[in-house]
Amino acid sequence: MTGHVPSATAGTEDVVAVVVLLTELAMLRAPLLRSQVRLYAFQSLAVSVLAVVVAATRHEADVYALAGLSFALKVVIVPSVMTRLLRDVEVDLAGSAKLGVASSTLVALGVSVFGFFAVGSLHVHSALLPETTLAVASAVVLVAFVLVVLRSDVVSQAMGFFSLENGVSIASLVVAAGLPLVVETTFLFDLLVAVVAFGIIMRVHHGRSKTLSTDELDRLRG
Amino acid sequence: MGAVLVVLVVLPFLVGALSYAVPVAVSKLLAPVSGAVTFALSIALVPSVVSQGHVTAGSELRVDALSVVFLLATSFLYFATAIFSAGYLQLGRDAAGTRYGRRFYAGLNVFCWAMLAAPLVSDLALVWVAIEVTTVVSALLVAIDDTQSATEAAWKYILIASMGLGIALLATILLYYAGTSVFGAGYELSYVKMIAGAHRFPASVMRLTFVLAVLGYGTKMGLVPVHTWLPDAHSEAPSPISALLSGALLATSFYAILRYFQITAAATGSTFPRNVLLVFGLASLALGALYLLRQRDMKRMLAYSSVEHMGILAIGMSFGVTLAFVGVLLHVLAHAAAKGTAFFGAGSVVAKFGTKDMAALRGGVGALPWSGSMLVAAVLALSALPPFGLFRSEFLIVSGGLSDPRYGVAAVLVALAMVSFLGLSWSTTQTMLTAGPADLAPGPRAASGPAATGVVPTVAKGEMSPWIVVAMALGIVALLVLGVHLPADLSRLLDHAAHELGSPR
Repeated sequence: MTGHVPSATAGTEDVVAVVVLLTELAMLRAPLLRSQVRLYAFQSLAVSVLAVVVAATRHEADVYALAGLSFALKVVIVPSVMTRLLRDVEVDLAGSAKLGVASSTLVALGVSVFGFFAVGSLHVHSALLPETTLAVASAVVLVAFVLVVLRSDVVSQAMGFFSLENGVSIASLVVAAGLPLVVETTFLFDLLVAVVAFGIIMRVHHGRSKTLSTDELDRLRG
Repeated sequence: MGAVLVVLVVLPFLVGALSYAVPVAVSKLLAPVSGAVTFALSIALVPSVVSQGHVTAGSELRVDALSVVFLLATSFLYFATAIFSAGYLQLGRDAAGTRYGRRFYAGLNVFCWAMLAAPLVSDLALVWVAIEVTTVVSALLVAIDDTQSATEAAWKYILIASMGLGIALLATILLYYAGTSVFGAGYELSYVKMIAGAHRFPASVMRLTFVLAVLGYGTKMGLVPVHTWLPDAHSEAPSPISALLSGALLATSFYAILRYFQITAAATGSTFPRNVLLVFGLASLALGALYLLRQRDMKRMLAYSSVEHMGILAIGMSFGVTLAFVGVLLHVLAHAAAKGTAFFGAGSVVAKFGTKDMAALRGGVGALPWSGSMLVAAVLALSALPPFGLFRSEFLIVSGGLSDPRYGVAAVLVALAMVSFLGLSWSTTQTMLTAGPADLAPGPRAASGPAATGVVPTVAKGEMSPWIVVAMALGIVALLVLGVHLPADLSRLLDHAAHELGSPR
């Protein structure tokens, strides 16, 4: 209950959130799977930095711990799990996207503008918390959906889910920084478990069809 | 009674961990014992919840009448599925060996643990965590058969459900945000507190929160249009897992939606959340019923029946009268029993005939006198025929609709339920109550069968395993109890839970 958030802080938070959104757009156009994983690691780094900013400005000691955990998991563990998978399967080019780079970027821009203004139009007011960051975070979430829908390989789709989680993390840092540490830690632990499960199913898929593309996965219909 | 909650939240997990270490023969007995204990403990909670309103243990574990309804559904199915699995794993799984069995039992118990944990915890963030754990564990269980289609189903499931739960997480965060206007920056997200303070939450944020929660948890519940993973996962998973997915997992996600319903109704009045559920409910019921008419795959047919029933649950909530709420909660219990039994039966049929294709299946009851007949009974129960529990629950829901009054919606519900009755009963009688393959003259139908060579699969008469028959009999007994003579305590429990849902109007 520290009263008004200084505008400089809100500015920093917005800048980091925009960096995350831009990284998301870069992931959408990255042709190499490995570079997509690197972009994800960079995006996660930005989220961890945001956590440190929030911890410092709002004097939430818990959030420092959260920043550390988030760094360890999302910048180190998840990317290394993915990189190892890519090395083992020796596939590096992403599957054919359903749209060209320019079109998908335009779609993503349209979707993020929609998300930004849709959340903005809610007039979510709070003396405690910045509002713009929330709107950017929802744009990140929507672009993650674009990534999952338009890319047709399991790695890009998984990265889409993980970056969706990054978007939600931003939202949670700016509007719910007070969420108890236990709960935040459980969220992260949950993500870790999900990464393992995603990895197992990806390996099974590659083992069966010798590809990371999802084009083969079209037998179940109706 | 607090200790009961602790046992419920610890025991299945321990059994799951143990199952990975001990021989499969031991797990085979451990799982039914653990299922029986959790079911008995859930029943033991009923009288205290009815008399005291709620039971707590520590600050995190809490159950009220609503939670106990879902505990009963999940623990019953845990028990029945554990029994069924003992028979199921004997069927041609010897080649897969102990590794399969260990993974299967570890997964089964941990899956049930996560589904039981969701209604046991009071913190809505932890409810989310429990439901996300169910996704991860059950996706691995869907993939366990290691076939091309199982892999495809597992990938679609884990990706779509995780994306959906990402939305549900956003809803959780927004709910927390809505609460900061009342509780300050740092607090715990317990639903009790949220319902109590909700009338001071900003209404626009709560509306967004509710829509996101329905969209997010609705993905796991199988609401149209975010149901797309469901038919694949239900049809490709091993039959015990299909039973749990359909009977218990969908209900667990519905439980999360109900908690958001309570909070939103307290914040904005119940009209908004009711209308949201009406839209999703009608879409699910209509699509589920229409797909039932054209299914050839027996397990896919049951999966679409789940979509249809989830639609009925959502529509029942949209009626907004206590009578309909009682019907909805009874429907959760009866659907768990009926769908579990139906999937057990389908598992037995698939093992016997070696195919899920209903165009090729003939003479089911002749070959499987017990499990075949009980499968037919379960499907008739799913079509809401008396004397089974689903007849009573759908009757209550429709009566609630007529007293709300929303005559149009109630009429559409009845009409679409008839369509699904047609689809379900037609395919089932065609496959189960016809002459067996041995009696069939080789005709054009035989040529369209699974064996391209034109050889009709011949099967010997006899049950696959006594375990399967016992598990199915449990489900039929439960359906009859729910339909014919509801125990007094259970009836009071449903009333209490319905009042909890209906009070903040």
